[in-house]
Amino acid sequence: MSGKLLRVEALNCYFFGLRAVADLSFEVKTGEIKAVIGPNGAGKSTLFNMIAGVTRPTSGTIWLDDERIDGMPTHQRAERGIARTFQNLQIFREMTVLENVMVGRHLRGKAGVLSALLHGPTLRADERALADAAMAQLERFDLAGKAHMLAGSLSFGQMKVLELARALAGEPRLLLLDEPAAGLPQAEAEHVGEIISSLNRDGMTVLLVEHNMRMVMSLSHDILVLNNGMRIAEGTADEVRRHPDVLSAYLGESEDA
Amino acid sequence: MSVMPLKTTSPALRSPAAAAPAQRLSDHARLLIVWLVLLAVPFVSPNSYVVSLANLMLINVILIASLNLLMGYGGQISLGHAAFYGLGAYVSGVLGVKLGWSPWIGLPVAALVTGLSALIIGIPALRLRGLYLSMATLGWNAILVVMFNRLIDLTGGPNGLLGVKPFAFGTFALDTDARQFPLVWLVSLLVMVAILHLLRSRIGRALRAVATNELGADAVGINSFRTKLLFFVLTAGMAGIAGSLYVHINQYASPETFSVSSSILLVVMVALGGSGTYWGPIVGALIYTAVPQLLLDYEDAELMLFGLGMLLVLILSPSGLTGVPGALIKRFSGRAS
Repeated sequence: MSGKLLRVEALNCYFFGLRAVADLSFEVKTGEIKAVIGPNGAGKSTLFNMIAGVTRPTSGTIWLDDERIDGMPTHQRAERGIARTFQNLQIFREMTVLENVMVGRHLRGKAGVLSALLHGPTLRADERALADAAMAQLERFDLAGKAHMLAGSLSFGQMKVLELARALAGEPRLLLLDEPAAGLPQAEAEHVGEIISSLNRDGMTVLLVEHNMRMVMSLSHDILVLNNGMRIAEGTADEVRRHPDVLSAYLGESEDA
Repeated sequence: MSVMPLKTTSPALRSPAAAAPAQRLSDHARLLIVWLVLLAVPFVSPNSYVVSLANLMLINVILIASLNLLMGYGGQISLGHAAFYGLGAYVSGVLGVKLGWSPWIGLPVAALVTGLSALIIGIPALRLRGLYLSMATLGWNAILVVMFNRLIDLTGGPNGLLGVKPFAFGTFALDTDARQFPLVWLVSLLVMVAILHLLRSRIGRALRAVATNELGADAVGINSFRTKLLFFVLTAGMAGIAGSLYVHINQYASPETFSVSSSILLVVMVALGGSGTYWGPIVGALIYTAVPQLLLDYEDAELMLFGLGMLLVLILSPSGLTGVPGALIKRFSGRAS
């Protein structure tokens, strides 16, 4: 639990002079579930996007293990072991459930153009390995029965789980979850919560942005609270819950109240 | 925003890999059956004119199927597919006429040169999302047509490239329609197999993933730019092969065959047949080959008819003509249940 898998140093992000994230530093330790919370507009999504490679920081650095990743495009971060899910679902709707997860395992496949064209034993072995691993992933998430359905025909909750399965298919080191419970009824949100904690028990490091307080408080080892792009508190659920700045940020009290 | 592919939602015929596993015949087997049936054409044709149409239709299959791979599965709309076709034809033809190169060497060289030209266009154009590829390929087509017309010493200009030699095995020249047919038959089959193989592989899935959702594809580690570039180059190379076949079979090429309007018609044929469906291009090629023959006396009506047909198909069966049986079955079984 001691290694730092992800390190964010003095990160700033401005949009047209507006500060979205200001001088933020924190780290995610190997094997922990770290949550980022904060009111709307606190800079959570911007932070998440900078780590995932969708938004460029104005200044500051991001490190994965000891490699600087803040200048890399998304796919290179994926190559280094960062997987993510999306708040508003970015699945391949017109592909089957199984294909979605096989694409999630893209980086673990080897076959290139030539072996694809020849379609010889190399390609078939590659395809079989991808399909088997994807199927195992689907079984783990109770989606195996829907493997050959189009992903777009799944329910919203199933799509959320599918996106999680896709993210895990590449066997990442760090899992970034963007509001995994958003839009789910409580029972399904709890199911997703259970999945996340069981993944973590198997050793997965998770960075989570989430609005669902119950989920954040029960899952996270460590919580970072943002407001106006700045850190206002960091610590365990109990520490954060009692922190006066957190209370005022969430209850909307003025700072000198 | 990336360009939305002219997508379809008919699951039954969508894509080979999306099909249910319990299919009775594999697509490989179906393909072989269709091509074996086609093999009968020279024997049952009343005259060599029909065989020449079959040759042309199979060349069009290569053109439309390759464009469909790029456009229907990859979501990248090229408005310059006829330019690659023409480049292949002129490269292979000019090498033969001016340097005496054998068509057997001209064909792979044509594929390489067109692929290389696609690489050069694709590197800047595919870095940007959206309509840039369409605009760049449109410009490329316009430039090439001017060059085919103006480089008269090389291309023969508007009069066309004359004196192109046919494919030949020693002294046995493939200079009749019936002799050419087996070659076109084989090459078109190989291209269809290649496309099926590409679609049924990791890189084919990556292409479809990029077309469906680029953000999602990036997130799983797919290099969208390189994936699109790869398929742009591959499909341009296929068009180059079609061009080489065309020029040595007709023993002639002229610039208007490779005009921008041909490129647009090829896009229309992809959509008519069924964009992003494996079998659609065969239907598209049939229409593209047959309709002009039926309307020989009414040339002006041809474009109008294609336009009208495109509108009707896109309104009534957005998945193209290959989607019609599936849609009917769906409607029928929907009523029955």
